[in-house]
Amino acid sequence: MIAILIRDLRLAVRAGGGFGLGLAFFLIVTVLVPFGVGPNSEILKTIAPGILWVGSLLACLLSLDRIFALDYEDGSLDLLATAPVPLEGVVIMKALAHWVTTGLPLVLAAPILGILLNLESSAYVWMLASLAVGTPALSVIGAFGAALTVGLKRGGLLLSLLVLPLYVPTLIFGAEAVKRGADGADAGLPMMMLAGITLACAALLPFAAAAAIRINLR
Amino acid sequence: MSIWEYANPVKFIRTTDKVLPYISVGAAVALVGGLIWGFFFTPDDFRQGSTVKIIYIHVPAALMAINAWFMMLVASLIWLIRRHHVSALAAKAAAPVGVTMTLIALFTGALWGQPMWGTWWAWDPRLTSFLILFLFYLGYMALWAAIEDSDAAADLTSVLCIVGSVFAVLSRYAVNFWNQGLHQGASLSLDKETNVDDVFYQPLLLSIAGFVLLFLALVLLRTRTEIRARRIKALLARERIFD
Repeated sequence: MIAILIRDLRLAVRAGGGFGLGLAFFLIVTVLVPFGVGPNSEILKTIAPGILWVGSLLACLLSLDRIFALDYEDGSLDLLATAPVPLEGVVIMKALAHWVTTGLPLVLAAPILGILLNLESSAYVWMLASLAVGTPALSVIGAFGAALTVGLKRGGLLLSLLVLPLYVPTLIFGAEAVKRGADGADAGLPMMMLAGITLACAALLPFAAAAAIRINLR
Repeated sequence: MSIWEYANPVKFIRTTDKVLPYISVGAAVALVGGLIWGFFFTPDDFRQGSTVKIIYIHVPAALMAINAWFMMLVASLIWLIRRHHVSALAAKAAAPVGVTMTLIALFTGALWGQPMWGTWWAWDPRLTSFLILFLFYLGYMALWAAIEDSDAAADLTSVLCIVGSVFAVLSRYAVNFWNQGLHQGASLSLDKETNVDDVFYQPLLLSIAGFVLLFLALVLLRTRTEIRARRIKALLARERIFD
């Protein structure tokens, strides 16, 4: 399973892997928002938690269809499905690789973009913490969506229609944690809910995703 | 009588041939009766005036929007566990009916909210979760439409329906946490002493019965259509082989 992780990371980093695409997208979204709502720093301060969360969510979405689609096209997904490693394990490793190449850079970049949006200084810790805890859930849910649509020719748009409603709870608790951090209130409760969602998704969704892949390979 | 007998499409069609007219007529009678009774023979509410009467459409539609998803969940489970083909088609048939009910609930709610709350839309927990339910329906129907192989489509949409149900419930509570609402509490519940007054309650029950029967009739009708569509496909495929 470690080998799968390393292989996926390598494929993502090398040419044509699209590494950093999500990060660039995140940057552009964050830069575009002030053009849309105006440069008033008070307004930006209040909407910053939401913008950063929605931005990272969309950036995550961008690279989801790469999780399984390329392996499906060249047939390596068939090999992985017949390998002695359980397919559930393959799914969780691929989701982890997606998180390392997409989610983790977003987490690290978020504080810098927070400066652009004039985020409250007390919120930075919660921003980092909530994104670090929440983005793995985005990757796992996304892997499930990618598994559902892997057999389709043009699954990209459908994928976002399927996955975005599933992102709602993660988004709500994540943005709420940052907002409470910015207000100086106790952000413990939304953080715990967020961690719960991430852990439950990581524990249960690989089974659903593996079932979907088996159906698609049939 | 068990549901497993109706995994045989011929038997399903034969039985629904006999039952469907009764259900349809029952739906029409209950709906027309309930709505006329509700619209013209109940007093105006002392604060809400005549706008209260939208309850006879809004509440049953909202009720059926949720129950339609629940029925799809049960049908999906039956298909996944026992490969009950008619059950998978019934789940497919229920989705457009469910999404229509969701839209009716959202629109009637907006029509009522404009004079009463002073706004068409508020980001209230109940309203928001209905909007999310609407998105779930859209995703489910889009996935059915996108996959060509019918068994794979049934399998994948069933998996989506199960996962989606968990997330729909989760979203409901997340949204509750996110914003306190304008929407009043439940109008009807079985364990409460005081529901809405009897004058409104009886016609409401009748129109709910009408909506339930209407849903049943539409789902049966659409399931029969799906079965026949599949039979036509099989016949065409056979002709192609023998030609």
